[in-house]
Amino acid sequence: MLQDRAKYSIAGILVAAFLGYSCFLYADLPPGNKQPLPSADKGKLLWQQYNCGACHQVYGLGGYLGPDLTNSYSKRGPAYIRAFLQNGTNIMPNYHLTETEINELMNYLRHLDASGNSDPRTFTIQRNGFINQ
Amino acid sequence: MDSSTSKQSVYPVYFIRFGIILLALGMLFGILGGLQYAVPGFLKEVLSFERTRPLHVSSVLFWIILTATGAIFTYVQEHSQRRMYSTILIKIQFYLLGISILLIMACYLAGMFGGREYWEYPPYLSVPIVLAWVLLLINFIRTVDSFRNQPVYIWMWLTGIVFFLFTFTESYLWVLPYFRKHIVHDMTIQWKSYGSMVGSWNQLVYGAATYLMCKISGNQSTAFSKKAFALYFIGLFNLMFNWGHHIYTLPTHAYVRQISYAVSMTELLLLGRIIWEWKQSLSAVLKFRHIASYRLLFAADIWVFLNLILAIGMSVPAINVYTHGTHITVAHAMGTTIGINTMLLLAIVADILKHQQQGNSVGKTGFWLANISLLLFWVSLIVAGIWKAHWQMSANPPAFGSMMQQLRPFFMVFLISGITLAAGILLILFSLLKKELHVTSNQDF
Repeated sequence: MLQDRAKYSIAGILVAAFLGYSCFLYADLPPGNKQPLPSADKGKLLWQQYNCGACHQVYGLGGYLGPDLTNSYSKRGPAYIRAFLQNGTNIMPNYHLTETEINELMNYLRHLDASGNSDPRTFTIQRNGFINQ
Repeated sequence: MDSSTSKQSVYPVYFIRFGIILLALGMLFGILGGLQYAVPGFLKEVLSFERTRPLHVSSVLFWIILTATGAIFTYVQEHSQRRMYSTILIKIQFYLLGISILLIMACYLAGMFGGREYWEYPPYLSVPIVLAWVLLLINFIRTVDSFRNQPVYIWMWLTGIVFFLFTFTESYLWVLPYFRKHIVHDMTIQWKSYGSMVGSWNQLVYGAATYLMCKISGNQSTAFSKKAFALYFIGLFNLMFNWGHHIYTLPTHAYVRQISYAVSMTELLLLGRIIWEWKQSLSAVLKFRHIASYRLLFAADIWVFLNLILAIGMSVPAINVYTHGTHITVAHAMGTTIGINTMLLLAIVADILKHQQQGNSVGKTGFWLANISLLLFWVSLIVAGIWKAHWQMSANPPAFGSMMQQLRPFFMVFLISGITLAAGILLILFSLLKKELHVTSNQDF
């Protein structure tokens, strides 16, 4: 049987490490992050308001019914995205977005595109199991 | 300690009954979602996928949370041989959670969102959930009273309650512009909170299952053993630091990936333990197989084994780069939520509703139907995931729509096995509730 003192010590060390790691992460911004335009931030909130993440992914995280949109802005182009946002598809409903909402969502997707690359084909795999982006 | 009412122990059962209703709703919305995969555009104008998905996910998550809470209330009273510190706190907690959940479901049906994955509802509805959780923490601590020389399940429940509160609050840091404005930083914190949050509700459920296992075997000493605490600390270590395996492909700090990869590999110890103790588990199965709860606990053990292999594989970045964003991730999520959490919770419900008799053919049929269907369901998702992984790594992949068209046969298997899986779970629930209706009063301990 493990003594209480040993249990408290292990738990204490783990909790202290967890809190330290959490605070460090809150303060440590990842490299290459850019400040978004206010309209891109509004677009991000619209993304949540329409629950776009239920079907679409960002960096492979989100839904599976629609494609990953991380780099859609550079790969497909703004006109292509605008057409989808204006009309929907046979699966995606037409949300009857206003022109302002479409522009804000487009700005969010442009900002997202500039944040990094999500294409797994471009990653290199190391012998120790790590990946390089 | 509040001893003003004799109806105190009714409320844990209310949590469980509400949880069961949510499980049934979760399965219904899950089938609707599956139909939307198999028949593109199905119910697009009435109940499109961005509504069915959160309805399904939230129903199932609240089934886990509510039923685990009901189980903790019941078992902590059994363990400590005293009533909960305050009935009033339990009642307030029940109504805070109950009303919030009803409002959340109404928001989803009306297409009102604003939150994020798991918690897509408007963020202000999280306030009563946090309050309810604070009440649970107070009630739990005051009931347990002293944490000296307590079994491992008390530690697990405390861990689950505290970490759920922490991670749930942390998952709302995005409301502050500082966290929201940098996409990669924001996603890092979001998945940090989610990864640990899953670990926290696992602690609630696994703690209750550990208590139940000790109760069935009549051997409390295992819950005080060094091995039990070693496994608990490995679980806690992973809860705190392994979450980065969700975001290996996100261009965040390299150290996040390195720490998570190293920590995730400690789960090999858990896998090794299952293999090492396989024979011992099997002899226990033969001894206790007549007990409904035990059969469900054993099924969960097998699903732990299968999902742990999948999880460890996915935690290697070189493998994760193929599986990430594919249905293999869904297979893992469904396998753990249904195969492990739901099987364990059904075992707990069977115990709490006093349903352990032999020869219940409806329950047995449900058990086998659910587990065989889940295997088919799980495999269909893994095969669909392998297909998608091949597509996303191809030099010249066809359009996304074409790939989804190619996956339709797997979606059909996924849908049909999903329906039979729901039928199996409903049969188990029917056998449990049928029994409960015939028991005049099982609320007193």
